[in-house]
Amino acid sequence: MDRSKLFIGNCYAVSPEIVARRFRRIKSVTLKGKPRFSDFNMLPLDWGANVHSWLVMFAKVYPFLEELRLKRMTISDESLELLAKSFPGFKALSLSSCDGFTEIGLKAIASHCRNLTELNIQDSITEEVGGGWLSSFPENFASLQVLNFSSLNGDLNFDDLEKLVSRCKLLRVLKVNDSITLDQLQRLLVHVPRLTELGTGSFLQELTPRQYEEIETAFCNCRNLQVLSGLWEATSLYLPLLYGACASLTFLNLSDVPLHSGEFAKLLAHCPNLRCLWVIDSVEDKGLEAVGLSCPLLEELRVYPADPYDRHHRDGVTELGFLAVSRGCPKLHYVLYFCRRMTNAAVVTIVQNCPDFTHFRLCIMTPCQPDYLTNGPMDEAFGAVVKTCTKIKRLSVSGLLTDQTFEYIGQYAKDLETLSVAFAGSSDWGMQCILEGCPKLRKLEIRDCPFGDSALLSGREKYEMMRSLWMSSCSVTMKGCRLLAREFPRLNVEVIREEGGDEDQAHKVYVYRSVAGPRRDAPPFVLTL
Amino acid sequence: MPADLNLRLGLPGSDQTDVDAAKSNKRASPEKAEDTASNGVPAAKSADDHETAPAPKAQIVGWPPVKSYRKSTAAAVKKAEAESGMYVKVSMDGAPYLRKIDIKLYNGYSHLLTALEDMFKLSIEREGYKGSEYAPAYEDKDGDLMLVGDVPWEMFMSSCKRLRIMRGADARGLGCAQ
Repeated sequence: MDRSKLFIGNCYAVSPEIVARRFRRIKSVTLKGKPRFSDFNMLPLDWGANVHSWLVMFAKVYPFLEELRLKRMTISDESLELLAKSFPGFKALSLSSCDGFTEIGLKAIASHCRNLTELNIQDSITEEVGGGWLSSFPENFASLQVLNFSSLNGDLNFDDLEKLVSRCKLLRVLKVNDSITLDQLQRLLVHVPRLTELGTGSFLQELTPRQYEEIETAFCNCRNLQVLSGLWEATSLYLPLLYGACASLTFLNLSDVPLHSGEFAKLLAHCPNLRCLWVIDSVEDKGLEAVGLSCPLLEELRVYPADPYDRHHRDGVTELGFLAVSRGCPKLHYVLYFCRRMTNAAVVTIVQNCPDFTHFRLCIMTPCQPDYLTNGPMDEAFGAVVKTCTKIKRLSVSGLLTDQTFEYIGQYAKDLETLSVAFAGSSDWGMQCILEGCPKLRKLEIRDCPFGDSALLSGREKYEMMRSLWMSSCSVTMKGCRLLAREFPRLNVEVIREEGGDEDQAHKVYVYRSVAGPRRDAPPFVLTL
Repeated sequence: MPADLNLRLGLPGSDQTDVDAAKSNKRASPEKAEDTASNGVPAAKSADDHETAPAPKAQIVGWPPVKSYRKSTAAAVKKAEAESGMYVKVSMDGAPYLRKIDIKLYNGYSHLLTALEDMFKLSIEREGYKGSEYAPAYEDKDGDLMLVGDVPWEMFMSSCKRLRIMRGADARGLGCAQ
């Protein structure tokens, strides 16, 4: 079978050599590396997932490579240079939650990729990146369609950016970082009124009346805008500048700007076609009531915490806000909700209002927090989710939970693919229910739960059918891990050693299927059993 | 063991000895959760607790699960450290359980020793450790056992890997020059 697109969900499940032997004429590669918990600093640095050896192989075997999409991988400047020089037809580079590079690597891409249409850097950690790389694009370079450098730190040379944007007439996605000011943004928008996705820079600037008018006009001229993000430090004073661009918005990403309910509600009134909304909980329940009233087409909602470590004791959102949204948005099927308070009764009602949930990620931020009204476990809430939402594919559970929750999940969530569990469960039985009950399970990530070797081993037949299992701060021992590793040679069982930790405890365990055998690049603190 | 030593799994200052939150009727606070969580020392903020003054809420590594990608690596690591704390294990000779504390939460030796006293229900003399039943020691980056208090606080914070509350008799061998 000759495919030109390659998707590798776990870079360690297979090796570059094996891929090279099996696939010819690859034009597009998607590679994912670290386990998701690395996003939350739970993996030591230098854990792995370095793309270099893959690029070396690609350079040899896939000279016609056009697209590379990486997620949670490390890519060095050297790798970027190799990439830039090895593939004359290279078009699209997408780095999501990656790290390891600086402007040196970006300069290489800009200088050598003559046919580049996409440079998409998202959520990536970099050293302070200077703006010099923009000037490395050749004078006649004009093919860019997607440019996203919103997560890069550092000031850019605005003139270089403006020249680049003015040349690239096909640009439809532009997401700048917070070093770009409002009036600079206006000058960019003038060149690309046909943008479909815009990530603004800083939205805080003292503007003269004329500047205000010009910016307002520039936004009004963006009639094709579907996606809007950025808006750093936007306040009620400047949000109205946007109104003219919101009529066709389907995705509004306010996760970088904490708004209050009033200004948020006013903005929403101009966005009747929203299908996807990301917001910070500073809008509070009142703001979510506005969502319920203004966004009847809403399909996805994410509410992030302004104060995750509870330093300022802000209220955030509660079950009431979620209820309000569920009443007004019956098409809701994806939710990520951070809150400090929830009740079983509310969740039962919410899923009755929105039975089509495919992704239900509820994060009650205080571990083991019981139902606010009954002071009991939140088992019935998640029971209701799995019983009512028959199409559920992804679930994140939280709050005070006993094994009952997992009994429900194992019994009802037959389409479940991804499950995230933290500070939950009463015994090994809980985890066993999941492993025995969910036939389509692909990814299971568990932290701080009372699941031990018996639970780990109850899934032994299943792990080869899954992408991966993560267990940290549970009760798994080295003995249990060794048993698993010995019996299943096609599983890589990796234990991340804790400094000065108990020799018998397996503090962090990562189990994944692999045809490549144990990885050869494991750092000293990773034990492959 | 001294008569006043009373090891509990609850946090200092709290009256709860209940570890299994699932069975409890009382509203669980994070610090009373399953002890697999890496909790800090400061007292619980729950309404049940009347004894201690409000303290910074203990933070758990990687929780809540929010990304902090937007700063440069150095700043991101710093921020992650600031938010995730500098946790070290604390053992006490003769006690079956270890504890874990976040050194970052203390502003000096006095503050730390007070917290340890509170946590293990004992008293530690501030000068010389001669009369005390117990003396605080720590394992540094080189794996050596050191008496707490000799080096500047900042240096201690960065070199302390593990704390150990030793019986006074054993601690005298650490050769404190007093």
